[in-house]
Amino acid sequence: MTTVTLDKAGPSRKIGSMSRDRKWAMRWSYVFLTLFAVFFLFPPIYMFITSLKTSAEISAATNPWWVYNPTLSNYIELLTSNQFLTFFKNSALVSIFVVTLTMLISIPAAFALARMRFWGSTTLATGVFLTYLIPDTLLFIPLFKMFATFAQWTGIELINHWWVLIFVYPTLTVPFCTWIMIGYFASIPKELDEAAIVDGASWLQTLLRIFVPVALPGIIAATIFAFTVSWAQFLYPLAFTSSVDQQVLPTGIITTLIKGDVFNWGQIMTGALLGAAPPLIIYAFLMDYYISGLTAGATKG
Amino acid sequence: MVDAAQSMTQPIRARTTRSGLRKFLERKSTIAFFMALPLMLLIAIMVIYPAFYSLHLATLNKSMQRFVGFGNFTFLFKRETFWMVVQQSCFFAITAVIFKALIGFVVAHLVHNLPDKGQRKWRGMLLVPWVIPPAMSTLAWLWLFDPSYSAFNWILAQVGIGPIPWTGDASWARFSVILVNIWAGAPFFLIMYLAALKSVPEQLYEAAAIDGANWWQRIWYITLPMMRNIIAITTLFSLIVTFANFDIVRILTAGGPLDKTHLFATWAFRIGIEGNDIPLGASISLFMVPILAIAAVFILRDINKRGNEA
Repeated sequence: MTTVTLDKAGPSRKIGSMSRDRKWAMRWSYVFLTLFAVFFLFPPIYMFITSLKTSAEISAATNPWWVYNPTLSNYIELLTSNQFLTFFKNSALVSIFVVTLTMLISIPAAFALARMRFWGSTTLATGVFLTYLIPDTLLFIPLFKMFATFAQWTGIELINHWWVLIFVYPTLTVPFCTWIMIGYFASIPKELDEAAIVDGASWLQTLLRIFVPVALPGIIAATIFAFTVSWAQFLYPLAFTSSVDQQVLPTGIITTLIKGDVFNWGQIMTGALLGAAPPLIIYAFLMDYYISGLTAGATKG
Repeated sequence: MVDAAQSMTQPIRARTTRSGLRKFLERKSTIAFFMALPLMLLIAIMVIYPAFYSLHLATLNKSMQRFVGFGNFTFLFKRETFWMVVQQSCFFAITAVIFKALIGFVVAHLVHNLPDKGQRKWRGMLLVPWVIPPAMSTLAWLWLFDPSYSAFNWILAQVGIGPIPWTGDASWARFSVILVNIWAGAPFFLIMYLAALKSVPEQLYEAAAIDGANWWQRIWYITLPMMRNIIAITTLFSLIVTFANFDIVRILTAGGPLDKTHLFATWAFRIGIEGNDIPLGASISLFMVPILAIAAVFILRDINKRGNEA
């Protein structure tokens, strides 16, 4: 078929082969994309498959990729267990407080750094970016020791309380959120706030009435980022909390569902899936904000 | 309150000092300073102070009562495990970043080839690994790598290949942690490259097509130069994050077998928190600083360059 058209059509040959090339390129794209999609998606799918199985089926020598007797018992068991609900509650509280705190700190700071110059403000903007590059793995040991010393001085025990995470997580969220908010604020035309100031608005009014509404997409993106980071954080809760009732989801699932050498895989997978659900749901509805926040951090500035 | 009381008794003087104070408070730079103050306090107390405090901690002995200078570092240099961790951290970070960048580049091109309508759907699916908290998705991998019930080994058994000790054998465990890291990190590259690809003007490709350039030449002479900045900055970012990785190795192998898969972060946690030797743990984690500093210098240079262009 293809060779016939190629020989027959003299003048239109070039165009014909190009569009055919494109068609083949497209087909190959789909084939390879399917392969990559399988690679990227099978772990969560396998989580879901396992979560529907009973322990008996998990340890049976049947095809692990198929559910023969689907059951919701793992979900029911976890969602009625006080322990799991405590983890969920702790995670939710920490995330909500951290997101609020992050926004309260980073929006005014970003406004000040983007629009109002003061002594050292450019250095501070660079410094904010540098702090974003300092990983949690460098800070957890000194922070652990700092909290212990703080308890010795004041008698207030910080270690092994879930709320200590509210003070620790902003170190991860605030620099990045400030950084992307500086980018968003800087992209707002100067005439807008100059007009507001001329009309007698204070700086705070300018921020709340003009910058916040205009930069709302950026604020949503930053909020989502802050939520995702605080929901997923694993090292700090592992280092700073140990009692069962003070754990957040990621550490709680790992420390309580794995009892000694007995792995209750059905429940572990169910817990992991439920723990991954909030970010996944947000992502499903607000994918574009999610992505713009991610790309803004590295492309703007 | 005090101000009000003063102004009652000494109306004139109070008014002048108050207006001076008010003028100071109403100055733009003062307001800006107070708006940025919480940020500065947070960074100073929770980031900069701990960073220097860990330098101080690294010079103490295990009970943190005696100054030992570089004692912890010389102790580390003499330990074989330390050099193994250095080697493994570098190998892990470099291999994982190279593969993440390659996969991200290829998949970004594949998605970019699709008609605009379908792109959203594929992008949505391909980004899922990046959205799931790493601690959760690593649990799925741990279960896939299970010594007795591994679902991979089941598939391999169907084609007659014997069970693979995914996390039991040192080389396989190294392979496994890198594989999971690639899986979790490639979507980040994908999304950055896709955004960069969209910013390359279509006319350049049209001009190249008229000049008779093949796809390889188009990539080499147009796409790569146009994306150079994004590729550099994404790679540096990822290098930092991968080098400082904790979650994946901790959950998958916890450093085992025989400390063969430890990274700086996981080893520092093992020694510093679990082993209760905070100074030694701090010394280990400080070895992440040089690579971070180098990457930071390059990223900053790039940002300043772009700032000047704009």
